[in-house]
Amino acid sequence: MAQEHIATADHGEHEATTTGLNHRKMLMWAFLGSDCMFFGSLIATYLVYQGKSLSGPLPIDVFDIPVTSVSTFVLLMSSMSMVLAYSALNRGNMKAFRIWMVSTAIMGSTFIGFQIYEFSSFSTHHIHFECSEVAEKIEHGEYVKAGHNHFYQKECLDQNGILKADHHVDEEYGLKPQTNLFGTTFFTLTGFHGAHVTLGVVWLLSIFFLSFKKGVITREKNLDVDLAALYWHFVDVVWIVIFTVVYLFGVFEGF
Amino acid sequence: MSTFPIAIPRPVHPTGLWNWITTIDHKKIGILYGVTAFIMFISGGIEATLMRVQLAQPELDIVSAAVYNQLFTMHGTTMIFLAIMPLGAAFFNFVIPLQIGARDVAFPRLNAFSYWTFLAGAVMLKLSWIGGATDAGWFGYAPLTSIDQNPGKGIDFWIISLQVLGVASLAASFNFIVTIINMRAPGMTMMRLPLFTWMSFITAILLILAFPVITVALIELTFDRYFDFNFFNVARGGSVVLWQHLFWVFGHPEVYILILPAMGIVSEVLPVFSKKPLFGYTTVVLAGAIIAVMGWMVWSHHMFTVGLGPVANAVFTITTMLIAVPTGIKVFNWIGTIWGGSIKINTPMAFALGFIAMFLIGGISGVMHAVSASDAQQQDTYFIPAHIHYVLFGGAIMALTSGIYYWFPKFSGRMYDEKMGMAHFWLMMIGQNVTFFPMHFVGLDGMPRRIYTYAEGMGWDLWNLVATLGVFILIAGFAIFILNMVKSWKSGPEAPGDPWDGRTLEWSIPSPPPEYNFKEIPVVRSLDDWWNTKQGGNVKEVPVAGGSGDEGHNIHLPQPSYWPLVTALGLFIAAYGVVFNQLFIPWAISIIGTFIGFVGVYAWSLEPVNDPDEDSAH
Ligand SMILES: [Cu+2]
Repeated sequence: MAQEHIATADHGEHEATTTGLNHRKMLMWAFLGSDCMFFGSLIATYLVYQGKSLSGPLPIDVFDIPVTSVSTFVLLMSSMSMVLAYSALNRGNMKAFRIWMVSTAIMGSTFIGFQIYEFSSFSTHHIHFECSEVAEKIEHGEYVKAGHNHFYQKECLDQNGILKADHHVDEEYGLKPQTNLFGTTFFTLTGFHGAHVTLGVVWLLSIFFLSFKKGVITREKNLDVDLAALYWHFVDVVWIVIFTVVYLFGVFEGF
Repeated sequence: MSTFPIAIPRPVHPTGLWNWITTIDHKKIGILYGVTAFIMFISGGIEATLMRVQLAQPELDIVSAAVYNQLFTMHGTTMIFLAIMPLGAAFFNFVIPLQIGARDVAFPRLNAFSYWTFLAGAVMLKLSWIGGATDAGWFGYAPLTSIDQNPGKGIDFWIISLQVLGVASLAASFNFIVTIINMRAPGMTMMRLPLFTWMSFITAILLILAFPVITVALIELTFDRYFDFNFFNVARGGSVVLWQHLFWVFGHPEVYILILPAMGIVSEVLPVFSKKPLFGYTTVVLAGAIIAVMGWMVWSHHMFTVGLGPVANAVFTITTMLIAVPTGIKVFNWIGTIWGGSIKINTPMAFALGFIAMFLIGGISGVMHAVSASDAQQQDTYFIPAHIHYVLFGGAIMALTSGIYYWFPKFSGRMYDEKMGMAHFWLMMIGQNVTFFPMHFVGLDGMPRRIYTYAEGMGWDLWNLVATLGVFILIAGFAIFILNMVKSWKSGPEAPGDPWDGRTLEWSIPSPPPEYNFKEIPVVRSLDDWWNTKQGGNVKEVPVAGGSGDEGHNIHLPQPSYWPLVTALGLFIAAYGVVFNQLFIPWAISIIGTFIGFVGVYAWSLEPVNDPDEDSAH
């Protein structure tokens, strides 16, 4: 981010502004407002196409809520360590500041790691089941995932609709961006969020390394950290929305 | 202070071309914006002229159908994104810091970056004529833009250059929002801001909220084209209507982004040449704010014939009619301003008055197709280009031209030729009506827009010929304008600081303004402070901040920098690399460009605004 100061006679780190708010801080707020519309449009696209995919896999087939909950938790915790880093800086405790800063970056990277794992596991998703299991579920009126039902109809029944006993299904059922509307919208939305997190990690690490240089990041010159923190929290909040709308709503029946 | 590891000396007092390339002075950047945008305006005008020549008579064969498609698409995109928007940005740059009593914008280097990025996007779009430009219309409806329908590079150029232009516009808007909120002189409260600054402020807010929507739409289109995603692929369930929604959710606020700065200029010019304060200042500000909010609720009036259903059409009919109200309020305020004033008609005033008349006609035809039933008849006929040209040419361009004349003494330090100015006005006034009014007739007569030719005997021959002749009147007008500008800038009589007996702060300083604008930061005590000071109503206070009166030697100005240019260049290379992603090593050019951009950003953020060693004072 650009480091700019107004050019009045009384220049310095804490320049006089009309509102008393720092220029760069205000710039950051304006940027985040703009970024809200960016994610808003991506989420709107996702919602418009929700349930409109012409073929599987659907959210219910690929999502693994416990795994994503863990990565969500890690990202939320990174916000907390960001707060701790900033407060350590304001207390002038540089050692604690660096520790919290690097742990924030590590947690951010962990989240990205989870996302990479998730993307690759979705794209190589497999479906395997015993035909008899699904038949039993259907008999009892239990919910059968769309993907399972698809292959059950295709492979477990013969021409006359009779169940093939002892048959089992093992099919590739990967989700790629090209597969269907769900893949297209899901990878685009979460991918752009991931890009935001990645940029944030680069930013946090830059500050971390700069903090070893004397006088660059200090108790008095805490604005860079403040701005990075603002950005980081924003990215976190966006994830909460995505996790709720895409993941949690996605696994409800019927979606 | 830390410095960038690469030892590149900072430009210190560069001269000549380097002075312009490394400048971060808002006034110079404003002039760069203005000149570039005007060149783009001419290029868009040439495209329009070719179309009109082709349509002068039925069944002409001057340009082919394929070229014609490219012409109307490039004309629309050029005029909106490369001419009117950056002309607005030129005025933002030059005028706002002067009007609010500031020495520069909040982020001078970001400002330079905005300009160079805009230039990169503009060059990229225009160069796409080599090898075939985009041809899907300026709103690029899916599936005309799909890779199956449109495999050429034209669409790619269109997408990517719009993204680059978006970066430029967003950066500029962030800058101006912060500048206007945070860099006002003491006493310059929000409700004492000059109207042009107010309207620019609203424009910038609209822009930062609207542009991300088209950014997303363009990203989706890019992914469809490059990676076979399904956003607009009907075969896999995608909807082409989604594109229309996203485009117009951006597109309607965009028309206010185009017209609000124009309204701001007119609100400056009319009071000055009527010798009266603006009638109902608060109302005009409020009307602008209402437009900014309501501008988001009307986008589907572009889609009345899509089949969204009677409820949606009825709702959007009503909201569209409602949004005409605040605009109407402004028109009444302008009339109230000149009513009973001691009116002086000169070139800027004539253009401002012409704006009101022309914009009113465009507004009325706009309300006509706000009615969805009547729009069903007018959709995709020449009636729509007639409307849009009354709003954007008779509206935006008239007002921007008024602004060029009005502030010409300020930015050039010289007076323009009044006779030539008035000749320009009359040629433009007559020319545009001869060109665009007949489009109403042929439009209502059923002539579709965007056809490259038409059969004889449709009854459209006469009015098409008239419209084409009108273009040449416009060309004559602009030839005089260019002559006037070049001649006056070189050798016009020197302009005093306040040639118009102005009302706002920019007239309180010499023409052209010194690099530091204000020797002493003014203290503002009322609306139209400079006017009241001249009337003796305000006693000039001893300023609280600023130089000590030694001709500004003590004033620290941000120093020139290479890095905004380097960053913009990186973006430019990366953007070209996206279009030609299979050249040499796949995606290598993009990666190189991105790397250069990152080097630029890093060096920029580590470079102090003022090198302490370079300061002479303190
Ligand atoms: Cu509209």
